[in-house]
Amino acid sequence: MSDETETLTRFAPDSGTEVALPVHTDLLRLATAGSVDDGKSTLVGRLLHDTKSVLADQLDAVHRASADRGLSTPDLSLLVDGLRAEREQGITIDVAYRYFATGKRTFVLADTPGHVQYTRNTVTGASTAQLAVLLVDARKGVVEQTRRHAAVLALLGVPRLVLAVNKIDMVDFDESVHTAIAQEFARHARALGYSDEDVVTVPVSALHGDNVVERSERTPWYEGPALLEHLETVPVAPDPHDVPFRLPVQYVIRPRTAEYPDYRGYAGQVAAGVVNEGDEVVVLPGGARSRVSMVDTPDGPAQSAAAGRSITVLLEDDLDIARGDVIVSADNQPSVTDEFDATVCWLAEKPLSPRAKVLIKHGTRTVQAMATELATRFDEQELSSVDAPERLELNEIGKVRFRTSESLPIDAYADSRRTGSFIVLDPSDGSTLAAGLIGVPLDPLASAVTR
Amino acid sequence: MTTEAIMDQNLDLPEDPATSEAPPQVDNLDALESEAIHIFREVAGEFDRPVILFSGGKDSTVLLHLALKAFRPAPVPFPLLHVDTGHNFEEVLQFRDELVSRHDLRLVVARVQDWIDDGRLSERPDGTRNPLQTQPLLEAIEQNRFDAVFGGGRRDEERARAKERVFSLRDSFGQWDPRRQRPELWNLYNGKHRAGEHMRVFPLSNWTELDVWRYIQREKIELAKLYYAHRREVFHRDGMWLTSGPWGGPREDEEVHEKTVRYRTVGDGSCTGAVESEAYTVDDVIAEVAASHLTERGATRADDRMSEAAMEDRKREGYF
Repeated sequence: MSDETETLTRFAPDSGTEVALPVHTDLLRLATAGSVDDGKSTLVGRLLHDTKSVLADQLDAVHRASADRGLSTPDLSLLVDGLRAEREQGITIDVAYRYFATGKRTFVLADTPGHVQYTRNTVTGASTAQLAVLLVDARKGVVEQTRRHAAVLALLGVPRLVLAVNKIDMVDFDESVHTAIAQEFARHARALGYSDEDVVTVPVSALHGDNVVERSERTPWYEGPALLEHLETVPVAPDPHDVPFRLPVQYVIRPRTAEYPDYRGYAGQVAAGVVNEGDEVVVLPGGARSRVSMVDTPDGPAQSAAAGRSITVLLEDDLDIARGDVIVSADNQPSVTDEFDATVCWLAEKPLSPRAKVLIKHGTRTVQAMATELATRFDEQELSSVDAPERLELNEIGKVRFRTSESLPIDAYADSRRTGSFIVLDPSDGSTLAAGLIGVPLDPLASAVTR
Repeated sequence: MTTEAIMDQNLDLPEDPATSEAPPQVDNLDALESEAIHIFREVAGEFDRPVILFSGGKDSTVLLHLALKAFRPAPVPFPLLHVDTGHNFEEVLQFRDELVSRHDLRLVVARVQDWIDDGRLSERPDGTRNPLQTQPLLEAIEQNRFDAVFGGGRRDEERARAKERVFSLRDSFGQWDPRRQRPELWNLYNGKHRAGEHMRVFPLSNWTELDVWRYIQREKIELAKLYYAHRREVFHRDGMWLTSGPWGGPREDEEVHEKTVRYRTVGDGSCTGAVESEAYTVDDVIAEVAASHLTERGATRADDRMSEAAMEDRKREGYF
């Protein structure tokens, strides 16, 4: 057997190797955004590579493929561009999800492409993100697309931003270049409603690794953390928590077995707030009242459960509750309405016209709906708001009034990401047409282009 | 019904009452578990005939454990489907059957061997049957009119899989088109499909190999024994340690060794390699995986080494 095959198959770690594994780690969900050629795939590849999340066989494959393409150094973007067409064209087509962990934290990274369809992909990646890394090229600084990306991230309620000023090596590690970009972006972020502590700017070279995992000696003037250092230590911002308990019912659990003849539980993932045994609740849209007799979790009954947990709630009274209903705190209830305004990000080739009939999935309920009014559209090209547009096209964002066939219990997106959002579906083929944010004004987008 | 009655329910769960206290901050494994359970319940609510792909391997065993937790104290409302290559490890089949009878589940088996016997498929020159699974899988889906098929695929396994949605629509030919995927926002999964189309659903999308093992440790999930170190006669081929079986044994030039090995993945015996390992317990395995320099597929799966886009091509055709 050759040495090469020996290393491929030998697997047991060196004896005595201490592997530091925390019992509990927290999870940071982040998204990346940037224009084409800002080096986003390279930065993500660098993060994976330098956190040792890339293993030898993957790296071998990249070395081979890079050599096949005539490159002298390995092209780390090949690690993340997963589809044949992406590798052939050297672009990222679709959102890719990447996973890496350090001793301090586990990361789920949504890597969103920067070219055409960037709104569609940025909206998708940002919808679950707690932090976004926005890239700019140090030679170009904050460009129009940076502003628009930041505006979309603000619209989607991503609580924290990092501006990575990439290719800092291409401007000779010049402090003044970095400072000018940081100041310009800070002004813009403030206009979008971010406070200064929620925005951090880091000078990096994704290609060479400066300030990605470790602070670089080549930027002695930079006193902040390296990118990964910041990602590891930044507090994970909770979703807005002004809204109390919300549980969209997914499924009714009725074992009807000898052991559990009368068990009737309402299963769902807590969308907001906390539920305690004994809490008074209301079931919407019907409005029936009851009390929580048991909070059942995957590990058995508990005193309480908080947002994010998948649980099963049992009530004191026998009520007619089905999938699509929402169990909420009796103290602070959402509005129940069949007409509402929403900011809509249109994600499909087929445009939205006024009076179009669509389906809306909100929580666990899918209802018929009509777009009764297209109030405004944010114009990508002219960078302005257009009143009463004729239609909303792919990648356009607009304010739309919907009327639904059944009343929905809704919160404002700004108060609750889960119960303030919905998706729009095509009734004919079932495809996903749009993302909707209830009651979000278009002001951030308007301010994004006027400053 | 009393709280005690529910607590007593045997799900092989840790007894520690502290685990049933919902922490204010959801930790990594709790977050992944809740997400997977949410996905199972969405499918139960929106589809008529779901099925769980179940091979007896570690990912499908974890998948079944999550399904049991998602619907407890009621039984899992779906059957299981195993695409049997005929190149099985005997102990994995036994383990599969034990789990099925312990939880009183229904198992549907689609056999690659049947397709080879009646000539609809022919054996490949390399003897590997993993790529042959696609057609029997698609036929079983069609014949049983399954409309949602749960798989244990994870996005960290392979870069084409990194582009996969949690709810992944397949056309009436079972094909995946990576360029026409539906955007997936928040936790609002779109289950709409037309007659003849079906959905592949991946509750473990956001898990890594290490998360799976840490969850196995935390939940004390029993696995097929070959995931842990044991003595086995193996021979060396294509940089992997293979074992003899119905798929054939060592060629004349291949020497048989007795080694202490374990399996990191379990698939078609002809192309799934063992790794030399002293990891006898789940704690040992976690230490080993954390220190590993190779991915589980790179270390043990010949089928993924065929080309730069081997997985993407098989997925397009309708593979898992």
